[in-house]
Amino acid sequence: MSEPTTVKKPGSLWARLHLRERIKDRDTAIYGVLLVVVLVWPMSTYYATGSSFLTSQAAHAGTWVLLAIGLNVVVGFAGLLDLGYAAFFAIGAYCYALFASFQLQSSPLHHAYHLPFWLMLFVGMFVAAAAGAILGFPTLRLRGDYLAIVTLGFGEIVPQLFLNLDQWTGGINAIGSIDQPSLPGWITGPWAGATSIAILPNFNFSYDPTAYYVLVVIMIIIAVVLVTNLHRSRLGRAWMAIREDEVAAAAMGINTVTTKLLAFSIGASFSGFAGAYYGASFGLVSPDSFLFVVSITVLVMVVLGGMGNITGVIVGAIAIYFVLNNVLVSLPTNAESFANAVGLGFITKTNGDWPGLAEEARRLQFLLYGLILVGMMLLRPQGLFPSRVREQELKHDAVVEEETVAEQVPAR
Amino acid sequence: MSVGDLGFFLIVAIALVLLAGEAVAHPSQFAQVLVFGLADGAIYALVALGYTMVYGIIELINFAHGDVFTLGAYVGATIMAFFAGASEDSFLVANLIALLITFPVVMLIMGAVNITIERVAYRPLRNAPRLAPLITAIGMSFLLEGIMFLWHGPATVHVPDLLPHGAGFQTTIGGVFISFKDVFVVIAAAILVTLLAIFINGSKLGKAMRATAQDRDASQLMGININRTIAATFFIGAVLAGAGGMIWGLYFNTITYNLGFRTGLVAFTSAVFGGIGNIPGAALGGMVIGLTAAFSDNYIGSKWTQVVIFGILIGVLVFRPTGLLGMRVPEK
Repeated sequence: MSEPTTVKKPGSLWARLHLRERIKDRDTAIYGVLLVVVLVWPMSTYYATGSSFLTSQAAHAGTWVLLAIGLNVVVGFAGLLDLGYAAFFAIGAYCYALFASFQLQSSPLHHAYHLPFWLMLFVGMFVAAAAGAILGFPTLRLRGDYLAIVTLGFGEIVPQLFLNLDQWTGGINAIGSIDQPSLPGWITGPWAGATSIAILPNFNFSYDPTAYYVLVVIMIIIAVVLVTNLHRSRLGRAWMAIREDEVAAAAMGINTVTTKLLAFSIGASFSGFAGAYYGASFGLVSPDSFLFVVSITVLVMVVLGGMGNITGVIVGAIAIYFVLNNVLVSLPTNAESFANAVGLGFITKTNGDWPGLAEEARRLQFLLYGLILVGMMLLRPQGLFPSRVREQELKHDAVVEEETVAEQVPAR
Repeated sequence: MSVGDLGFFLIVAIALVLLAGEAVAHPSQFAQVLVFGLADGAIYALVALGYTMVYGIIELINFAHGDVFTLGAYVGATIMAFFAGASEDSFLVANLIALLITFPVVMLIMGAVNITIERVAYRPLRNAPRLAPLITAIGMSFLLEGIMFLWHGPATVHVPDLLPHGAGFQTTIGGVFISFKDVFVVIAAAILVTLLAIFINGSKLGKAMRATAQDRDASQLMGININRTIAATFFIGAVLAGAGGMIWGLYFNTITYNLGFRTGLVAFTSAVFGGIGNIPGAALGGMVIGLTAAFSDNYIGSKWTQVVIFGILIGVLVFRPTGLLGMRVPEK
């Protein structure tokens, strides 16, 4: 993009990296920081805590990052509001879980399939994309908000279907003991707790946190490269044009239905991809892991991170994941120990109507999440790291708005 | 008539024929389900009105509305607990007085709550990107649910059974069981909807609301105070939702903190079904969805009801996006 036009000066490798200019560019700087953190994370957390727990948490957070990147294509790039994104996630996860476990043995088929993970990753992706296309085709011709409503309904139907069709999916009992991916070889070392670097032949993932961590990082890198290129392509510019003004975009010769349909199914395909990964890494797929709350959480990640900006969305996903799975979960114990430390130990005990500080803090979680959402939106409606183009548009809008307000003569 | 309309009417006709077959085969069972459906539908209609009014005026899916409905039931239960005492199992004048006091108080409190929500969470974002108020609406929904969770915990809450009930207030006509409660729910909802219609069509503020929904800038130029009109819309929506919550509580006698989520989605479906932004449409849509839910519970199985309702939602939007009575929201 920003190739220097001047003649290349001879210099050290350090100088040629243009590090100084790159740090000034926010997105590159964020990518750099993320890359460093990702590289040192397994080893440093292993030495700091003595277990791979934080690595497995990071691997789980990776699922959400993938989802957020995918939803960003739909919401951020093309400006289509998708309130049922979890449905595609569920489709991807069930696609893998059904064909890589003993589940179908007890179904009317009476035959269990054990297809390889690497194949099902792409099958899940295509099935989710196809579902997106089937849902999007009749509805994308309608005005913007109707898509939100249709996807909302779809997101409610799909988990309910997986729950109701229990002779196929096991219903409320969920699908467990899902096959683990395997590779011809794998390398292990001190970052995973081994004493020395060694090569493991015929490696089976079997819930190995470091292996899943590496897998999800690779998947995210592929997704980021794909999405960045899409964003800069003709299609990406068409999406932006539609987002800004659909009528004008149509007048410029963009086929709005096809373009929106592509955004919708490409976004869905990322969700299917993430779903297959989720099924394998979690080993259990149950209908209640794909409820409306999941769709909302991914949407919140995208909006809080900064719609349309890939780095913002990644940071948003990590931040929200951290808040939901660390800050709010550990709040009761933290509050209790804090109260004990400052000499207010008596409020941790149950007393009449007071259920004790830990229980009260547990009950507060819902409320706090709501407060965080409202507060963040009021303070930064454009998100943490909005895309540069959007930022300019918003500023422009604000200026126009102020001018029109200033022009108005007071009525009374 | 377009192909879409044709498909819509065809599906409706098939459903009606199937139901008519049931009605002829088992008339008393059919009538019983009809009674349940009407009572449910009346409550959905009250909640749907709030969705449709807010969407009509600021194009926001107010996710917090379903929780305002539940909060109405919670506040109502608390106030009624003062009056109830041991007089739950018979008809007493005291109960009637308690209801006459509780209803307006709950409705006013809910109106105030919703105005506060609008002032805090939606008004500052009126010119922000469209998704921002949607996220705050979801946040407000979590916040209200959090407050109710904090208040009574995850258990169900008992609502005092103040409506006249028992042997003297129920009857069986031709094998159909009808209690006073069923009649009360439908009549109360009908009165409220009628009052709303008179207000919207007759009063100056109602006229301002219709004008603002049609074109905000033009109505501002005509001297309408936009902020006050939008606040009034939220107030009226919440008054109806609060009444709906009270009625739900009196009808079913148990509530939980997350009741509003599912009810809200169903009520929103009703609003879309009737044609979003259309007030008679929302009332009609609520009744139709309530009846559909009752029929589906009975003839298909209650675990499929949700699939049926949201399937209808998608079907309506695909075949007839303007809803039953046509939407009144101009494309902006």
